[in-house]
Amino acid sequence: MSAVLEVTDIKKSFGGIHAVNGVSFDVREGEILGLIGPNGCGKSTLFNCILGQLTPTGGEVKLDGQVVTGLRPSELNKLGVSRTFQLLQVFPKLSVRENLILAGQEHQGNMASRLVGRSDAGLTEAANQMIGFFKLDHLADEPAGGLSYGQQKLLDAAMAFMGGSRLVLLDEPAGGVNPSMLADLKERLVAINREKNATFVVIEHNMEFVMSLCSRVMVMAEGKVLAMGRPDEVRKNPAVIEAYLGH
Amino acid sequence: MSGIAKPLKIALGLAIIAALIIVPMNFNRYGLFILSQWAVMSIAAMGLNLTLGYAGQVSLAQGAFVGIGAYAAAIMTTHGWPLPAAILVAIVLSFAIGWVLGYPALRVQHHYLAFVTLAFSTLAFLVFRNESWLTGGIYGISNIPRPHIFGIATNKPLPFYYVCLGSLAIVSLAVWWLIRSPWGRAFMALRENPLRAQSLGVDTRRYTLMAFAIGSALGGVAGALYAPLTQYIDPVPFNLSLSLDLLLMVIVGGAGFYFGPFLGAMIAVLLPEWLRFTEGYYLMLYAVAVMLLLIWSPTGILGILDRYLAERRTKAASALRAVAKSRLETAQ
Repeated sequence: MSAVLEVTDIKKSFGGIHAVNGVSFDVREGEILGLIGPNGCGKSTLFNCILGQLTPTGGEVKLDGQVVTGLRPSELNKLGVSRTFQLLQVFPKLSVRENLILAGQEHQGNMASRLVGRSDAGLTEAANQMIGFFKLDHLADEPAGGLSYGQQKLLDAAMAFMGGSRLVLLDEPAGGVNPSMLADLKERLVAINREKNATFVVIEHNMEFVMSLCSRVMVMAEGKVLAMGRPDEVRKNPAVIEAYLGH
Repeated sequence: MSGIAKPLKIALGLAIIAALIIVPMNFNRYGLFILSQWAVMSIAAMGLNLTLGYAGQVSLAQGAFVGIGAYAAAIMTTHGWPLPAAILVAIVLSFAIGWVLGYPALRVQHHYLAFVTLAFSTLAFLVFRNESWLTGGIYGISNIPRPHIFGIATNKPLPFYYVCLGSLAIVSLAVWWLIRSPWGRAFMALRENPLRAQSLGVDTRRYTLMAFAIGSALGGVAGALYAPLTQYIDPVPFNLSLSLDLLLMVIVGGAGFYFGPFLGAMIAVLLPEWLRFTEGYYLMLYAVAVMLLLIWSPTGILGILDRYLAERRTKAASALRAVAKSRLETAQ
């Protein structure tokens, strides 16, 4: 399997703090890579560096073998990379369907056609399919702000797939989601992974979720990669147990 | 505004349009002037509502764009150009300057951005006042002609009111189209959460500049109508207080609501007239009324309506949920 994403020696410092201190890894096409580590170990900062929200102090990010370091988030999104954020990021005043249309519209046509063309950018059908896929049918016309936290998390994840992204970085998708909805979410993610051959990188603290979802897991501590391997290998790694998993 | 039945909305809209056409036929010169001013200010406020209400970019320079449009129209029409050509130039000029003024918004936000636009407002005023070779300086430009539209002279107040009303109708339709298009959605995304918008492929830089440029262009259109309306312009009406007035119209009406600017302009233009009987106190009363309104409803007058409708929706939805739940329980 070829690498979709190659990250080489990424560094990010804030003043004297090295939040990310020389992280290298690659993500293979079609895999689900878990990213775990204690709070403050640099996971989200790493995401932000990969996705252009932050400019890394050093290092290189390659997408399909092409250097994309320093590209803006919107440009990366157009290249097929999307993400969710740790904190909920839906548009509360827009309806569920409008949120999904917004998530896909910039991938349709150009600025001019989006001005003079159809108001839904031809995405109503695709949005409805996504709504059905994430079992949000009865909420399609509700303002997203009125949904429960778990439902908003589902919508948040669904939005990341509207642009037809091949690589999706999910920052704590399970945080605050109840167990039955979590099972739903996992099932949906696995289905998208298999059917559309989408690649995922998932930051998560819920060990059961990560270990059962991911094919490989990377453990970070203090801005560095502590371990990388299959879930069962990582679980047994003494350094990981010491730093994160506890005794 | 969802929640009101569609046929009712259409009937209400048609009634208002009909009233705006028919009722002023009996108005005197001054009444028509005030109503024309309302139409013109609605256009300028609609532009600011795009920039501020929809795209979330604070601007204290909308009055300056009205000035730019007004001077463009005054200079061109007194040199024999037809008004439509002057409006076109006003649009292009304000669009271009608005685009450039948008660049600071890519770096600074909120009150910092307000200060940048405030500085621009002052700069524009100084140009109007000091560049007398072009603008006539403090003496201004007088004898601004009113246009012939399809061969009909609009010198009299009523025909010119219809010119203003017709322009307002065209602008309203264009803005309606814009906010319902994917652009409108992108503008709202820009206001609500630029970070998330970016990660969904929204080119926030380009949309920010567009929000400024289009909003400013509408300010220019309003100015290009203001000049032939008053038939005399000098720098004073386009100082900072006009920008503040327009800001007030947008906020009082309800920023980010389509009908906000119409309502806000109505209150800002008509209310002082109605309160004139109180003589020296009318500005004070007006100020107190605005303060009370904003304490009660920070989202403006349409915010009150919106809140009411949202509450009704929530109640209806929770009633439905209760019914569904009781059915589920009986089924078990």
